[in-house]
Amino acid sequence: MKRIRIDGRPLDLRNGRIDLTHGAGGRATAQLVAELFAPHFDRGENIWLRQGNDQAIMPPLNGRLAFSTDCHVVTPLFFPGGDIGTLAVNGTVNDLAMGGAKPLYLSAGFILEEGLPLADLLRVAQSMARAAAIAGVYLVAGDTKVVERGKADGLFITTAGVGVVPDGVELDGARAQPGDAVIVSGYLGDHGMAILSQREALGFDSPIESDCAALNGLVAHMLEHCPSLRLLRDPTRGGLANTLNELCQQSSAGMRIDEAALPVRPAVRAACEFFGLDPLYLANEGKLVAVCAAEDAAGLVRAMQSHPLGREATQIGEVCTDTHGFVRMTTNFGGERLLDWLHGEMLPRIC
Amino acid sequence: MKYVDEFRRSEWALALAQRIQAEARPDRRYRLMEFCGGHTHAIARYGLTALLPGNIELIHGPGCPVCVLPIGRIDSAIALVKEHAVTLCTYGDVLRVPATKGNSLYRARAAGADIRMVYSSADALELARRKPEREVVFFGLGFETTTPPTAVALLAARGENLRNFSVYCNHVLTPPAMTHLLSDGADMLDGFIGPSHVSTVIGAAPYRPVAARYHRPIVITGFEPIDVLQAVHMLVRQINEGRAEVENQFTRAVTEQGNLRAQACVAQTLQLRDPFEWRGLGMVPASALAIRPEFAAWDAERRYNMRESAAADAKACMCGDILRGLKKPEDCKVFGTACTPASPMGACMVSSEGACAAHYQYGRFLRKAPKTTAGAPA
Repeated sequence: MKRIRIDGRPLDLRNGRIDLTHGAGGRATAQLVAELFAPHFDRGENIWLRQGNDQAIMPPLNGRLAFSTDCHVVTPLFFPGGDIGTLAVNGTVNDLAMGGAKPLYLSAGFILEEGLPLADLLRVAQSMARAAAIAGVYLVAGDTKVVERGKADGLFITTAGVGVVPDGVELDGARAQPGDAVIVSGYLGDHGMAILSQREALGFDSPIESDCAALNGLVAHMLEHCPSLRLLRDPTRGGLANTLNELCQQSSAGMRIDEAALPVRPAVRAACEFFGLDPLYLANEGKLVAVCAAEDAAGLVRAMQSHPLGREATQIGEVCTDTHGFVRMTTNFGGERLLDWLHGEMLPRIC
Repeated sequence: MKYVDEFRRSEWALALAQRIQAEARPDRRYRLMEFCGGHTHAIARYGLTALLPGNIELIHGPGCPVCVLPIGRIDSAIALVKEHAVTLCTYGDVLRVPATKGNSLYRARAAGADIRMVYSSADALELARRKPEREVVFFGLGFETTTPPTAVALLAARGENLRNFSVYCNHVLTPPAMTHLLSDGADMLDGFIGPSHVSTVIGAAPYRPVAARYHRPIVITGFEPIDVLQAVHMLVRQINEGRAEVENQFTRAVTEQGNLRAQACVAQTLQLRDPFEWRGLGMVPASALAIRPEFAAWDAERRYNMRESAAADAKACMCGDILRGLKKPEDCKVFGTACTPASPMGACMVSSEGACAAHYQYGRFLRKAPKTTAGAPA
């Protein structure tokens, strides 16, 4: 992301809109970067962004490199508890953190739709800068492209990031063993329901906010208190149910989950009842699933509860032997049912 | 949550299960059909079969709106969008129903057709108001529960003289389907767990002639697990006592006469269609609704001169027998192998209310592994 001084009139950040010149690579592109992105991403200390070359060159890293990328498309761009910018930063930060890595540097690619208000883009850049500051990472490289009106939904953001995994940390989705404890860090389904409540077709007001947050601080805290941690995973798209199924496949094991232990806010539960949806399939953007040895579970839950992002942490079940990799759930009702993968899109019931 | 949590209390469920256990006579079978997909879903989701004695058999009925929609009606809808370039709005589940030649509304949409998922007929109406340059067709389907919203949309369209809106009406009726099932094989069924939401609209009265004519008890039942268990208990009692009455377990929502205003809207806009093809059941007399001639301008079938197309189900698929309660999902050779919710061959695998999808989603481990049910009396 080059920083170039632009002469002439500054961008009209209040009423201006993205047009095709902003993507042409000329003066308008440079001005957009210099006036809209760079001032916020710089934070007064981002020497890598300031290099102004086609790449950012970072100092040597001390440890194994973790590398991840995440694309973000969301309607609406702004929702209670966050926006596409916070999602883009936290999404990649969390993907790195789930490997036990300390996230360090991010890049961001922006696909802008012709007509996007500059004020919206500025708001997104500001929240990305804020999210990066909270997560302790730097946005060191970026790119913008503009597509014609109708060819994108306002704004798409792709972030990629690198981090360092400390020696001795070996988190891997294949490490769940029969007898291990399955833990979640808090209320499930908040993000998915916050987004659904904003879609105009549903037309309901709700006090539910997205849980979008960077989890690297919580993860560092957990690793400190529980060296036997086997794996972490953030239950984003597809929700808890999909994540547990993924882990069972990877680990060639099954799981038994206790429905009564699952933390779901009453407002989310109520909205799900109303629409015929299941909160266990709704996306989370600030929650994690942890698996650890059974004897360490109570200590880990206590440690998580002492962190602001893990206050409602609780054990929800255990890993068991199962050749089919099924996730079974003991229902509140005393029965047992399968907690299956999400098939197709999650759709409200007709009847 | 009030009115929900109470109906999911496990201690009450166990108490009811014990009562059923005590009263069900070991020397006879109780074959009870839950007509509605909502009940099928609840039974699978809460594992209710495990709470019942082995001689009480729950048979899944045809009450799943997308399951009983014949392939030909989906083919006609796809042809409509392609030939007339209309915007077709419908409920989400319908998009995935397999049509002929591996087609579906989803695939038609991917190929460029303007097909949109809506949550209610009001959304389709609103789209028509906002986009006067587009011809918007609402693909209405479902039982008596979803019929009044379609009727209201027709009334609003006429009231506003909204000329770019029309309805492709596929609404079907519950009591005629129950009659058809009984006339076809009454000896297969001992009683009905009667519809829940449907009955809030039509009331309890329309079931009385069915119960009397075939001498089979019908208990109108809510969609929560306690509701279902209580209904089973009521049915067992009726059967033991030789009664065949319509009883209302779902008194918190269903009255004898139902929702008269909703019924009036339907009567004003729609009329009987005789007969109508149901997937699995074949032609069922007087079992569906069509748009009245006074509303012809808003009837997509008349307006676009839509063709009836007949198409057969995939040969290996047993949806037909499953919808009539003759077979269970696991009896089907393609269940869970060629036919899964990700790539359904038959409609019962599409909707979460379909018998196959419910069994696949919640219960299929019961077949693969020996039963290890926790907390359920055998």
